[in-house]
Amino acid sequence: MAEKVLMKGNEAIAEAAILAGCRHYFGYPITPQTEIAAYMAKRMPKIGGTFLQAESEVAAINMVYGASSAGVRVMTSSSSPGISLKSEGISYLAGADLPAVIVNAQRGGPGLGGIQPSQSDYFQATRGGGHGDYHLIVLAPSSVQEMASLTIKAFDLADKWRAPVMILADGTTGQMMEPVSFDFEISPQPEKPWALTGTRGARPHNITNSLYLSPEVLEEKNFERYRKYDEIIRTEKMAEEYRMEDAEIVLVAFGIAARVSKNAVDAARKEGVKAGLIRPITLWPFPSDTLLKATEKARAFISVELSMGQLIEDVKLSTECRRPVYLCNRAGGMIPLPDQIHRAIMEAHSATAPGTSVSFSSCNKEDK
Amino acid sequence: MTVFKKPHALTDAPFHYCPGCTHGIVHRLVAEVIDELGIEGKTVGVAPVGCAVMAYDYFSCDMTEAAHGRAPAVATGLKRANPDNIVFTYQGDGDLASIGTAETVHAAARNENITVFFINNAIYGMTGGQMAPTSLVGQVTQTSPYGRDPSLCGYPVKICEMLGELEGPEYLERVAVNNVKNVKTAYKAIKKAFQNQIDGRGFSLVEVLSACPTNWGKTPSEALKWIDTAMIPYYPLGVYRDRTAGILPDSFKEGTV
Amino acid sequence: MVVFQEDLCKGCSLCVDACPKHILQISMTRINKKGHHPAECIDQEKCISCAFCATMCPDCVITVER
Repeated sequence: MAEKVLMKGNEAIAEAAILAGCRHYFGYPITPQTEIAAYMAKRMPKIGGTFLQAESEVAAINMVYGASSAGVRVMTSSSSPGISLKSEGISYLAGADLPAVIVNAQRGGPGLGGIQPSQSDYFQATRGGGHGDYHLIVLAPSSVQEMASLTIKAFDLADKWRAPVMILADGTTGQMMEPVSFDFEISPQPEKPWALTGTRGARPHNITNSLYLSPEVLEEKNFERYRKYDEIIRTEKMAEEYRMEDAEIVLVAFGIAARVSKNAVDAARKEGVKAGLIRPITLWPFPSDTLLKATEKARAFISVELSMGQLIEDVKLSTECRRPVYLCNRAGGMIPLPDQIHRAIMEAHSATAPGTSVSFSSCNKEDK
Repeated sequence: MTVFKKPHALTDAPFHYCPGCTHGIVHRLVAEVIDELGIEGKTVGVAPVGCAVMAYDYFSCDMTEAAHGRAPAVATGLKRANPDNIVFTYQGDGDLASIGTAETVHAAARNENITVFFINNAIYGMTGGQMAPTSLVGQVTQTSPYGRDPSLCGYPVKICEMLGELEGPEYLERVAVNNVKNVKTAYKAIKKAFQNQIDGRGFSLVEVLSACPTNWGKTPSEALKWIDTAMIPYYPLGVYRDRTAGILPDSFKEGTV
Repeated sequence: MVVFQEDLCKGCSLCVDACPKHILQISMTRINKKGHHPAECIDQEKCISCAFCATMCPDCVITVER
């Protein structure tokens, strides 16, 4: 059995990034992700890497843009307000088809919000976040082990698709400690003939750029990028299904919300309610087909989230109005307790019992 | 015998700049120095947002296009990733001295081993002639139609003087490209700024006072004269910092650094 | 002697101002591809190949030969 070490989620991300060959990290301190920067500051100088504390999140993401243009594996991390600042640079990365890994340990918002865990950057992450037509590949870890494994996956996906990849974690998964194994097989990094390493007089100059003043050319660039996205949607969707074999009440949750949801599923099962959980691991591309297939046996879906109803939109889109979808949520840094989710399951169970007329209203108003 | 021709480090793409715009002179000087130092094959340039936004098409070396003002951060990423590359940014006054002030100041403070060319023409050219951070007091622009009024929008920013107060940077010089003599001085400054990077000395910035005849509402000839009569008195030419040569502000002398 | 890559010329006249021998002028009879009156040399014999014109040309129009 591989050796395990007890580690914080944020530290696991940092160590996994180093394992994946990332030797350049640019960041700016913000709670609750600062352990990543601190870890990198300690480790990078010892392995010939670069840790640089930038003057702002804006500068940090543009340093990432530069290092990525230079062809190296590069990462930055932040938390919600800092990700808003990085959004400009993320749009440029997407527009220039540059690989990079961006970690968001989400905290409550909007504005300065709070420092407690949240999932309220779901729209920002899955719809792009900055200006223009683009997507990020978004990975949602729900354990410290996954913080590590998905980080390595993130670097591979970024290089494979020449696209920025976001690890959408939260304050809890970042701060909690769990045993983690770093026994990963690391695939070799691909060649990057497009990188800005100097022509050496041997090739025409390379350019990384997102400016196309001709609308015909820019449109074709967008079409081309969306053909790439189609391919990503076709091949990279990931989801975990928990007790879904015969599930009638299907919870959909990611990250920390999925962990609480599993407890609620188990509790409901003990009372004879066939509950199950679909945990999207890729939030973009969203595992819509897994949800659509679940409609065959499901009577209702419940979106469990640490936000005011963001994930629920993808649940509704994926299930194509075939079943009612309820919201079970907390916000502002609060986490739903298993009891709240359990009640939501029971309410959905009785509201959709054969012969009942179905109400589509939110089933947890009394909890807010 | 050919005594003067277009440098190799420029591509064949014709410049899109307006008639008499001296961006073209500065482009050529940068390319001439790249040729002379024989560094084209390992140089990476960073284009700004502004009139020089398409500089990536004009230089034969590898190029990238940065977000507005972020060129020093992008250059930092490039240089830290491949320290053997020679990395330069080419930025205008809106890019470097307004939206990108933080990136400029902190790259200088870190003494980041990059070379920055700062084209100061006291106006936003690309967007059609709005007030720049470096527009002179009284200067009429689209967004200061009654002349720049310091009581409303403050005073023009003197970048070389400001950065000169930092301990970090290696070399800061202000030059102009409004006559043959000044162009020759500008060439030397640009060469020194690249050489400093090659020698690992750190952050070098050359501020170039440059003409924008179109948005100044002047003929190209008048515009070059205006650099002499209006700009240079407020933005004196000269070396503001040359650590290796011992040119430092008074406050840094006698063991303070 | 000076050679103009005439179609790149924007007729800004900075070369004319720079020439110490006063042998450059903006042609008032010809128009180039860009639609500008281009600069031209009226007396190559007097050219001293100082390259002041090329030094001040913003568009790399001029090649100077000796």
